[in-house]
Amino acid sequence: MNKPNERKLTIARAMAEAMQQEMQIDPSVFVMGEDIGALGGVYGNTRGLLDEFGAERVRDTPISETAFIGAAVGAAQDGMRPVVELMFVDFFGVCFDAIYNLMAKNIYFSGGNFKVPMVLMTSTGGGYSDAGQHSQCVYGTFAHLPGMKVVAPSNAYDAKGLMTAAMRDDSPVVYMYHKSLQGMGWLGTEAGATVHVPEESYTVEIGKAKVVREGSDVTIVSLGMGVHNALKAAAKLEAQGVSAEVVDLVSLVPLDRETIRASVAKTGRLIVVDEDYMSYGVSGEIIATVTEHDISVLKAAPKRIAFPDVPIPFSRVMEQHCLPNPDKIVAAWNDIKAA
Amino acid sequence: MTPTREEQHWMYRNMVTSRRFEETIAGIYFEGKTPVFNMANGPIPGEMHLSDGQEPVAVGVCAHLNSDDVVTATHRPHHQAIAKGVDLDKMAAEIFGKKTGLSGGRGGHMHIFDADVNFACSGIIAQGMGPAVGAALSRKMQNKPGVAVAFVGEGAVNQGGWHEAMNLAAVWNLPFVCVIEDNAWGISVSKEASTAVTNNADRAAAYGIPGKRIEGNDPFAIYDAAGEAISRARAGEGPTLLEIETYRLAGHFMGDAEGYRPEGEKDALFEKDPIPKMRAKMLADRVATEAELDAIEAESAARVEAAIKFARESEEPAPEDALTAVFA
Repeated sequence: MNKPNERKLTIARAMAEAMQQEMQIDPSVFVMGEDIGALGGVYGNTRGLLDEFGAERVRDTPISETAFIGAAVGAAQDGMRPVVELMFVDFFGVCFDAIYNLMAKNIYFSGGNFKVPMVLMTSTGGGYSDAGQHSQCVYGTFAHLPGMKVVAPSNAYDAKGLMTAAMRDDSPVVYMYHKSLQGMGWLGTEAGATVHVPEESYTVEIGKAKVVREGSDVTIVSLGMGVHNALKAAAKLEAQGVSAEVVDLVSLVPLDRETIRASVAKTGRLIVVDEDYMSYGVSGEIIATVTEHDISVLKAAPKRIAFPDVPIPFSRVMEQHCLPNPDKIVAAWNDIKAA
Repeated sequence: MTPTREEQHWMYRNMVTSRRFEETIAGIYFEGKTPVFNMANGPIPGEMHLSDGQEPVAVGVCAHLNSDDVVTATHRPHHQAIAKGVDLDKMAAEIFGKKTGLSGGRGGHMHIFDADVNFACSGIIAQGMGPAVGAALSRKMQNKPGVAVAFVGEGAVNQGGWHEAMNLAAVWNLPFVCVIEDNAWGISVSKEASTAVTNNADRAAAYGIPGKRIEGNDPFAIYDAAGEAISRARAGEGPTLLEIETYRLAGHFMGDAEGYRPEGEKDALFEKDPIPKMRAKMLADRVATEAELDAIEAESAARVEAAIKFARESEEPAPEDALTAVFA
């Protein structure tokens, strides 16, 4: 994906650049959240914005998520395009009413007479021993509730294009970025997320999955950090002579069911990798997407690798035991073959 | 400040229209729900929270607002919607769940949205605070005229989100007014039993903003206080908190037996019904004649009747319309 001398960005910088460029051309775009001003965001994704646009459009908020997310809804309905940050997605517990009862429902309840063009960006994911109130993904929780588009980039190219698309969308978009992909050294960084990002503004379509590695024996479907685990597993499988296709969902809502079905129709086998909890979540939805459509394409029972249904533990050995990783994906393949 | 003659006529007209609307809705609500009360039945299914008695708050505040100003209201929104100028035909149709309703029947009586007059409401306590503060922020950032008013009940003041939003409005000095309608009851729990302070306007001190309580459900006193608060907001002087004593002449919702209310309380409140009081005052002050007020009442009744007729005669939404308008 990268050529020599091409500019590479981290997801953090790609997100900031998307906001910067959109704020330059659209005065209705503004950013608010906790520590997004002088600090530049805890995960670096608003760095530089305060200096260029000032405190009116780059607003540090009090620690009042209910108020400022609710305020974003009101501002969006009044012609602004706010980008608000929920620092950790785990914090949705203090403000979910503003998210799923207002942000996600006001377009519908107004019969489409109000638009709610806002972006709720929020960090997800663990792997760095932050325990179970700062490490969750809860992708399925957000994707389950209607009225919000949900995206989760796995690399900086998609991160910039999705952010631009989200800011231009007239519906609310939940933008879930994984901490380990941000390119913040102190969080541990997945190098594969830092890729070439064009200088100019561009969009990546919301609701369109990507086949990021072509293969013929098995389809591995994932999102965010899981895409990198899938790609590493695919490399290991290749060494065993197995050809794995990797689908990066990119968006959870709308879900690109066609791309998933087409890939599994080709390979006949499916492994889903999800860092969110196992039950009632994304992994089950992906499998149902295939099986309810045409179960005959499957040559084997589908497998899923997801976080077990326990709170996320602090201890490194316990957390790593629970998280998806490439070896678990390879083991899932071996199970499929042994069956 | 005192309302002009024209404003008093407008206030009286909207109070009467609102009361007439609620009385008409109340009559229709029980169609199909007797002898056995089932909320799901009849031409108006679902919960119904009527605003009888609370009209002075709506008109006293909205007399100072125009269609550009933003209002968020509560699960009990009809009086404010009417005073804000929400399209009455479409609102009635929405309450009936009809295709011609403001939202095509997707919202119903607790989700009245009229973009033309910047009115929205929602069914969860204190929920309108954030959006109103955000609309105020939007006006300030765009340097556009307009203020935002959040109407909440006295029960909402014990919600965490209410305090978050008040702090945000104050720290950002936004053109925002919070109007607490104190009808003394949070469903069946009295204010006295739920609230540590008797005067919620005292809570303004926590946010360094002016707060005022207005007693007596008096449209003139409300007009005066709201005028000052809204003028402050328009002048960029920041938010104000108003708590207004008002009367809930109906139950929390239709079908509420109100066994929790002390005996005689409601009779006493009806003695203080603000509509005949306003009529008497306007006559005494010679700002209206009997004939003028009779005409206002007749016109209001006709207006309501036309809206209800429109709602009744409108077609149902197509069932599959349920699957549309999720996204913009």
